Order: sequence, then C-alpha cells, then structure tokens
Amino acid sequence: MNKNITFTIDGKKCIAKQDQNIVEAAEDNGIYIPTLCHLKGIIPSGSCRICNIKSNGRFMTACTTKVQEGMVIENNTEEIDELRKIIIETLFVSGNHYCPSCEKSGNCILQALAYKHRIMIPRFAYTFEVKQVDATSPKIYLERNRCVLCKRCVRSIKTKDNKNYFAIEGRGYTSQIILDKKLALNMSDEEAQIAMKNCPVGCILKKEKGYIEAIGTRKYDKIEIGTEIEIEA
Amino acid sequence: MNKPIIATTSLAGCFGCHMSILDIDDKILELIELVDFNKSPITDIKKFTRTVDIGIIEGGCCNSENIHILKYFRDNCKTLVSLGECAIMGGLPAMRNNIPIEECLKEAYLDGPSTHNPEGIMPNDEELPILLNKVYPCHEIVKIDYFLPGCPPRADLIWDALTALVTGEEMKLEYGVFKYD
Repeated sequence: MNKNITFTIDGKKCIAKQDQNIVEAAEDNGIYIPTLCHLKGIIPSGSCRICNIKSNGRFMTACTTKVQEGMVIENNTEEIDELRKIIIETLFVSGNHYCPSCEKSGNCILQALAYKHRIMIPRFAYTFEVKQVDATSPKIYLERNRCVLCKRCVRSIKTKDNKNYFAIEGRGYTSQIILDKKLALNMSDEEAQIAMKNCPVGCILKKEKGYIEAIGTRKYDKIEIGTEIEIEA
Repeated sequence: MNKPIIATTSLAGCFGCHMSILDIDDKILELIELVDFNKSPITDIKKFTRTVDIGIIEGGCCNSENIHILKYFRDNCKTLVSLGECAIMGGLPAMRNNIPIEECLKEAYLDGPSTHNPEGIMPNDEELPILLNKVYPCHEIVKIDYFLPGCPPRADLIWDALTALVTGEEMKLEYGVFKYD
C-alpha cells in the first residue's frame, strides 16, 4: 500500500506518500507552508492555525490534514496571507513580546514569520497582559510573557518513563504553561536544551544560556524562514 | 521646489534611534541636499518655526510631557513617523506596564539594592512631568502615519523610508533591512 498521491499546491503538481500531512508533503515538494505549533516527528495539534490553507473552498490546517488524491490546495494567495498576518499580529498583542530584550530574538519563529510577512506593526491594540515568570526550577525559566500556548513543549518533552514535564493549567484566557516541579528537579541538561530549542518563542529558556549568539549570526538574521525548504527542491 | 522639512524628537526613548539616523554615515551629506531640519535635537531648535513635512518620533509616552510634545508634533507635522520599538509598542520602558507604578517608584528610590536615600525622598516637584499609569505606544495617543520597527531601526531602513517619503516612491522593504531588535 505504498501508492503515491498526486495533488497540486498553487497550480504546482506535487507527489506525496500515503498518510502524509499537507505541511510535510509540501515540504517534500519544495513548498513552504508556514507553521508555528507544528514540530516534525510529533503528533500535530493544529492549535496556532498559521498553516491554514484552502482546499475545495474551505480553510483547513495543513499540519492536521492528510493529503488526499487530487487535492487542489491554495497556499500563497492574498487571502491566506492576510489570514496568517492577522494570526501573527494577534499573537504579538496578546503576549508581551519585547523583542529587543528577548534571549530568543533572531531565532524566534514568531518573529521570523512576522519578518516574512513584512509586519511593521500589529493592527490591534497591545493588551499588556500581566503574566508571571517562573524561575523556580533548577534548569529552566518559564517566561510566560512570551508564551503562545502552542503546546510544543507539552507534546515533545517527556521523561524516560513518558511523563510530561510541561502542561497547560487553566482554561481560556487564564491558560498558562506550567512545569512539573518534582520532575523538573531531575531534568537533564540535554532535556532542558531541547525544551528551549523546541519552544518556537522565548518562553522556555535554559538557565545561563541566553544571548549566546551574536546579532548577525542568528538563524533568521539574514535568511527568511522557509527559504531552506524552497532552495532544497 | 522647496526642500521637504524634517523634525525629530525623542520621548521615552534612549536616543538610540537618533544615533541610528546618524548611522547613515556619509549619506547624511546626501540627506542634507534633499531635506532641511527644523525642531530636532540635531539642530537644537526648541520650537517649531513653521509647519514641517515629516515628523520623526522616537520613544513612547511615559509621562505628561511626552504627550504634550507628541501632540505638538502632530499639530505641526504633515506626516508623522514612529521610529523604533519604543514609539511603536512602548519598548523597554513598557516593561513596567505590568507592575504597579508605586512598586516601580519604591524599587527605584527606596528599596533598590544600590539605592542610598536615607531620608526616603520621592521625586514630587511640581516642575516634574507626571508619570502616566502605563507607557503608551505613540499611535494610541495621536494618529501616526508610518511605522519603522527596530531597536534601533537599521540605518538602511531609515534611509530607504526617508527617500521613499521625499520622492514618493514605494519602499522595497527587502528582508534583513527591518528587524524588531
């Protein structure tokens, strides 16, 4: 049952494997669909909605939708671009994203997406929500001002016996990310490093590891997010 | 044709954005050919002597004087540009927005580890501008026409924007020219 699937993205003919989601299928064909909460290798959650694409007149998240035979997908259109911009701008105003003082600046996916879409300023008013920083665990800071609740950490960072280090506490606008205090005591340096790397913004920070790269040498300083996918094809 | 006239000011900012204006290096000679300056820390002109074409605002609004100056600029500038993160979203001064103002003042003047203030004096002279409850982005106080992000905005971005404004051509906005940090 390894039949290939053919479909199109913005008119370009693409081939995918069975059971591939649209984000990964597009990537294999050299097309970048912007993602924020999606992380390769873990089950997609479709929580950030940035990977919205349009197929058959409907919007759907490309990370949680499996590609199907004959699908006609719109990715790079004005309408979808605008929708993505609105989501990015909303995330910027609903947290406290002080890029100039952020350890993750230059390596931040939220920021890189805003650069890609040439967002000069969010169209919405800043909320300046009050968030608590948690520095109680030995290896990690939780800088909740920057959290976008993507749940990447919840889904990807686990102990050897498969317990969750991270979880979401509360509901709706009171939701916040928490770290299991007992488990965090035994967190290894490697796990902390991966947690920081997997966080798309500057919420999870490994202690004593901030500002390690010089301005100009960071991931998105000179290269637009997604270009590596488009170049490789 | 008369040269367009520029005015600049720094509100709750650090003058870094003004430094970045000067960072256009030898293009400043070209700029002088293209435009004239009116009220600005660069010229040290304190009051507008005429209506200007482009007003450049660095910094957000943290006190009553910032609001006064910002409105003064809006009244005297045809086009107003927010320059840098502080003007756009309050920037680093806005980090106090989630802390009660009383707590900020106590930390700065009474309880800070390096504070020496045995008499416990808090600044309250009537000559001093009144602190606002929060630091506000400029566009929440007056209408702002254009925004240039960065901390500071790169000199190339400022140059591109100024030449676009003066010549009326659209900015290219290439990747890497504008940053948020």
